[in-house]
Amino acid sequence: MRMTNTKLFNKASNGFIEHDPTQDGIDRRGFLKCMAWAGTGALCVMQGGVLKSFALGSQDSSIKSHKTAGLSFVQISDSHMGFNKPANPDVVGTLRAAVDKINALPRQPEFILHTGDISHLSNPEEFDNVDQILKATNREVFFVPGEHDVLNDDGKMFRERYAKNAKGAGWYSFDKNGVHFIGLVNVMNLKAGGLGTLGNEQLEWLEDDVTHLKSSTPIVVFAHIPLWTIYPQWGWGTEDSAQALSYLKRFGSVTVLNGHIHQTMQKVEGNVTFHTAYSTAFVQPAPGKADSPGPMKVPDGQLLSLLGITDVNYVQGKHALAVVDSSLA
Amino acid sequence: MKNKILIAIVGVALPLALTALFMIYPARVKGQDAKSTEVRVDNFTFAPDTLTVPVNSTVTWVNKDDIPHVIASSDGVFKSKALDTDQKYSYTFTKAGTYPYYCSIHPKMVGKVLVQ
Repeated sequence: MRMTNTKLFNKASNGFIEHDPTQDGIDRRGFLKCMAWAGTGALCVMQGGVLKSFALGSQDSSIKSHKTAGLSFVQISDSHMGFNKPANPDVVGTLRAAVDKINALPRQPEFILHTGDISHLSNPEEFDNVDQILKATNREVFFVPGEHDVLNDDGKMFRERYAKNAKGAGWYSFDKNGVHFIGLVNVMNLKAGGLGTLGNEQLEWLEDDVTHLKSSTPIVVFAHIPLWTIYPQWGWGTEDSAQALSYLKRFGSVTVLNGHIHQTMQKVEGNVTFHTAYSTAFVQPAPGKADSPGPMKVPDGQLLSLLGITDVNYVQGKHALAVVDSSLA
Repeated sequence: MKNKILIAIVGVALPLALTALFMIYPARVKGQDAKSTEVRVDNFTFAPDTLTVPVNSTVTWVNKDDIPHVIASSDGVFKSKALDTDQKYSYTFTKAGTYPYYCSIHPKMVGKVLVQ
C-alpha cells in the first residue's frame, strides 16, 4: 500500500505524499497540509491508503465513494449555554446553526461527541436547553465535562445527566464499528498553578481499559482540555497526558479530540493525531495573542466563520481518521 | 477637693475614655483597610495578587471577567461558589498567616493573602 509517488494535490499547494516512513500510505506532513487545506471547507479521507480530498457539499462521484467509509461521527464543543456577553449574545442561535450544519452533512453521522462546556454556569436550565436543541439531530450524543459543567457540585449533576454508567468523575469507553472510543475527564481536582489533570485513578482505569484491545484497533480519545500542551501559560494542556498517551503507543491509529480553546488546531505525532475543535458559542484568542484567554469579540459578520463543527470519518482497514472542520458560515 | 476630682477622673473619666477607645479602635482599623481589602479578578489575574491585611479583615473578590471564576484556598480553608461577571465573594480572616489561593477552574490564576 505504498504510495510514495502519488501526487494527490498540485504541487503548488505542496499537498502530496512526501514521506512515508511507516509505509501505510500516510504522509503525516502531507496529511497535516491536507487538514489545513480542509479548514476552508474540503474533506480529506483515506481510501485504499490514498489520501483523497474533495470540497464539502459537492455532489460528485468522490462523495459517493466517501459514503463507503466505515464510520462517520461529529464532534461539537463549548456550547456555553447561558453565556450572554458581547462576544456572542445568542449562543442558542449559534448552537441551532451547528445542528443545521450537522443535519445538512452529505453523510449523516452515526452519533455526536460533545467535548464539554455544555453549559456556562452548570445551571440545570442551561443543560436542559442544550439537550432540547441537540434533539433535532436525532443522534445519540456522548458527553465529557468541561470545567463550566462541574462548577458548584464536583460534577454530580453532570454525572447524573450524562454519565450515569461512567466510572469515577465520569470517564467511560465504548466501541462503534470496530473503533474504540474513550471519554476522559481532565477538569476535576485541578491543583493551584497547574494544568488539566486526569489523576491516578483514571490513568489506571485507562491502562486497564485498553489492555485487551488489538493494536490494530483504531482509538479515539475525547476530553475537554487539550491532551497536548498548547500554551501552558493559559492552562492549555494536561499535566499527566503523557502518561495516558504512553498506554496508547502500541496502537496504529490514535485520534485525540479536544475542545476548551475555542479554535481549531492540529498536530500529528507518530500515530497520534491531535485535534481541537471550534466552539459553537464564542471565539478565544490565539495562544498569547491577548492579555488573557477570555471571550473575544470579533467584528460583526465574522462570528459564524469562527464557530463550527468537526466531522470525523473512518474507513475500515485504514489508519488515520479523517478530521474535517466546518465553520457555521 | 483635688483628690476627689482626681478620683473622679481616674475612676470615671478614664475608664470611659478607655472604653470609648476600645469601641472606636476596631471600627477605625476596619475603616482604614476597607479600601485595600478588595481583590479585582480581571483578565484572568488577581489584582493585587498579594494582599496584606490585619487579623479580622474581610477580603472581597469581585469578578470583572466575562467568564466565571472560583476563589479557592490552596489549603482548603475557603472556597467560593462560581462567580459570574460582577459577582462577589467575601471571607473574613480571623487568624494570622499566609493564605495562598487560586481559581479552581483556571488553576494558573494564583494569589495570596498575608494576614498579620
